[in-house]
Amino acid sequence: MAEFSEKYIVTDEIKADEYLVNIGPQHPSTHGVLRLLTRLEGEIVHNVEPHIGYIHSGIEKMTEALSYPQIVHLTDRMDYLSAHMNNEAVCLCVENALQVEVPERVKYIRTIFDELQRLASHQLWWCASGMDLGALTAFFYGLRDREDILDIFEETCGARLTLNYSVPGGVMFDIHPNFQKSVKAFITKFRKKLPEYDKLLTDNIIFQNRTKGVGVLSKEDAIAFGVTGPTGRASGFSCDVRKHHPYSAYPYIKFDEKMGTDGDSFMRWKVRMDEMWESMNIIEQLIDNIPEGDFAVKMKGVIKLPEGEFYQRVESARGEFGVYIVSDGKKNPYRVKFRSPGFSNLFTINHIAKGWKIADLVAIMATFDLVIPDIDR
Amino acid sequence: MTNEQLIEQLTSANPDAVVKQGSQYPEITVAHDKLHAFMQNIKSDSSLAFDYLVCETGVDYPTFIQVVYHLESTAHRHFMVVKANTENRETATLDTVADIWPTAEFHECEIYDLLGIRFNNHPNLRRYFLDDTWGHPLRKDFHDDIHVVER
Amino acid sequence: MAFEKYDFTPITQSIHQALIENVSPLLTTIIEWTIIGVLYLLFIAVFGLFLVYAERKVCAAFQQRLGPMRVGPWGLLQTIADFIKLLMKELITPKSVDKFLYNLAPFIVIIVPFLTISVIPFAPGLQSLDFDIGIFFVTAVSSVGVIGVLLAGWASNNKYSLIGGMRSGAQIVSYELSVGMSLITMVILAGTMQVSEIVELQRGGWFLFKGHIPALIAFTVFVIAGTAETNRGPFDLAEAESELTAGFHTEYSGIKFAFFFLAEYINLFIVAAMATIVFLGGWMPFHFGDWAAFNNVMDFIPGLVWFFLKVFGIIFLIMWFKWTFPRLRIDQILTLEWKYLLPINLFNILLMATMVLLGWHW
Repeated sequence: MAEFSEKYIVTDEIKADEYLVNIGPQHPSTHGVLRLLTRLEGEIVHNVEPHIGYIHSGIEKMTEALSYPQIVHLTDRMDYLSAHMNNEAVCLCVENALQVEVPERVKYIRTIFDELQRLASHQLWWCASGMDLGALTAFFYGLRDREDILDIFEETCGARLTLNYSVPGGVMFDIHPNFQKSVKAFITKFRKKLPEYDKLLTDNIIFQNRTKGVGVLSKEDAIAFGVTGPTGRASGFSCDVRKHHPYSAYPYIKFDEKMGTDGDSFMRWKVRMDEMWESMNIIEQLIDNIPEGDFAVKMKGVIKLPEGEFYQRVESARGEFGVYIVSDGKKNPYRVKFRSPGFSNLFTINHIAKGWKIADLVAIMATFDLVIPDIDR
Repeated sequence: MTNEQLIEQLTSANPDAVVKQGSQYPEITVAHDKLHAFMQNIKSDSSLAFDYLVCETGVDYPTFIQVVYHLESTAHRHFMVVKANTENRETATLDTVADIWPTAEFHECEIYDLLGIRFNNHPNLRRYFLDDTWGHPLRKDFHDDIHVVER
Repeated sequence: MAFEKYDFTPITQSIHQALIENVSPLLTTIIEWTIIGVLYLLFIAVFGLFLVYAERKVCAAFQQRLGPMRVGPWGLLQTIADFIKLLMKELITPKSVDKFLYNLAPFIVIIVPFLTISVIPFAPGLQSLDFDIGIFFVTAVSSVGVIGVLLAGWASNNKYSLIGGMRSGAQIVSYELSVGMSLITMVILAGTMQVSEIVELQRGGWFLFKGHIPALIAFTVFVIAGTAETNRGPFDLAEAESELTAGFHTEYSGIKFAFFFLAEYINLFIVAAMATIVFLGGWMPFHFGDWAAFNNVMDFIPGLVWFFLKVFGIIFLIMWFKWTFPRLRIDQILTLEWKYLLPINLFNILLMATMVLLGWHW
């Protein structure tokens, strides 16, 4: 083991009246093994230094020894709450590199799965951040409704969390005969349930006091720090990849990019709540129009990408997810980089949490929707 | 700006840089000593205005390490890839762009951790994922007898 | 009245008589003390366990779950099993704690409910200490608990515990004021601080109805401040688990943790009991004007049942708060007390005094 060296612990001098608190690695509000080295004066946060890497699994290194279909399986271990978006990103990247045109049916299925996954992710975010703010009942409401989506996933692809549904060239199996029916049943049900979420938390005066004006991220900072996803959009940074660089079935449908202006915790909350409504709208536009056809195109047994560099961006539930593949023409990539949204988002915390209280730091982290394996990869 | 216009403007402004159309986006390879000035220029130039650093990463090649910047302009919505090669692999150094895009500070720490490129003038260069006993695993000559099984 | 037949005074009197005739007065006192002590100990232990069970069931109902169902019928034995587990757990004393204070803190915390519970009249004749300054005694003694919490936070030598302890100190000291003032408002109406007399005075109608507007305000303030004083959500800052893991009792294990846990629930009971006694007529049955038949039916329900019905009503209300609201921030909690509740209270005392002076109450 390395010597315990001070330079990794404290970057600035600790002033009088200040003390250090390690929030994490094991802490309920970090949602995983993240350590925030916090310099406090009383309750007031003076500096937050995120220390990551507790669950670094070297996925980028591993991919160098794997074939492309195998890489897909690793991607849903990163951001396990937007597993399908991550799968899709790799598949799209490989398909673009090979100039393969996937059937329309695949595009529709993938997009519906994307939005279902986004709904599931936002539900879990909603309940977990409710719990961070002390509303424990929220946790069960969110999980209750998320269960329905996971059941739909399980019905079609057998997995609930790590889907592995997309493969280069299409999807792994055709959708279950009940798929359309159960998705529609879910949407009808969830349209009634979602206002409950607002009643329980969004309209609550304590909740609004806790989040309004807390941890403001300006639009300029959001762009400069590369904060994407609902977090960035809450600051007014138009960064929806679905809108600006449409992929799969997104060019065919009409949807709004939900934007905020204030960039505070409440706005981040509101944007995600609005996105849930928008996701349901997207699914409703697609679910009845899934074209007939193959669910995958025949790919070669061993997929070899042409020499070159390929970059694919998708909108995961947390923000812009990018896959950068450098290929040297072999069946393994030369280098793969996953641009994870959580990594860029996390490091703004020091910038916006300064001067707020510990409770606000928790509120800020809750509305940032961090998934630690996504950051550590 | 379309990709062609972008390439044209970049070529005329940087005669000694290699500009080409990549598989998807315009790519420009900048000399390592001109990197910082070039980056500052493409951010402040209002017709380019690359204000959003999407992704910064490194690739290890036999004789040098390449740092790849994916840049987007939120105003013009054009996208570009900038590449910069280090002089050698042994003492790989490059100028930081953390003062231009704050997000680069963290991506550069990651690159330093995994590829071992030292960034000049970086405010707080530290290893994020691994501890000091590790080498730099994304280098192609990385060997680890304990954790990695070679096939 | 009919409910007088449920008076416990004859029973206690006969025990006292039997003892005094057979043994010396000193021994009588000692035996009576022992009986009372054992009874309270049993009550606190059993009632604490029951409240934990009730909380889990109430919480489960709000969260669309079943709650404990496996141990015993309807999970009734679950908390007993938990308690046995806590008893058998190893008592871990971290290395760098202040050992004396660390071990002292849980005892201070658990002593408070024992002291306060002594003035609570459960039913006619079922009260062990009947001071003429009963209300004053309750407010005075209940603030001792904060010392235990502060000590626990300080002696644990843990930054999270310290933050929790300090938060709790600031919070309890502030909300003491509101609790005391809302009680004083009612004391103005009652004209006495003796608990038994306050209950007796509500024979003709509960103070909540007798004092109408100011009493209602005082009741609302009391429930809010009481929730805050017992460190329960939405005021559970001291042990905000998403911020401070467990706050001041992070470093405690086994029975010492159980003491903190038990004290919280018994304090909850005491707050509810005080609200019942001062506002809702204690063990007095519910009477409605001159509906003689209705009132007679109400009289048939024993005072003990009435008392616990009302207490459970308020406990349920406080649990409802906890499982619905998100947590406040420390500055918001103090703002609520010093900027809203305290001025309202001061105004309310004035209003009540005017009302009593002019005889506007029923």
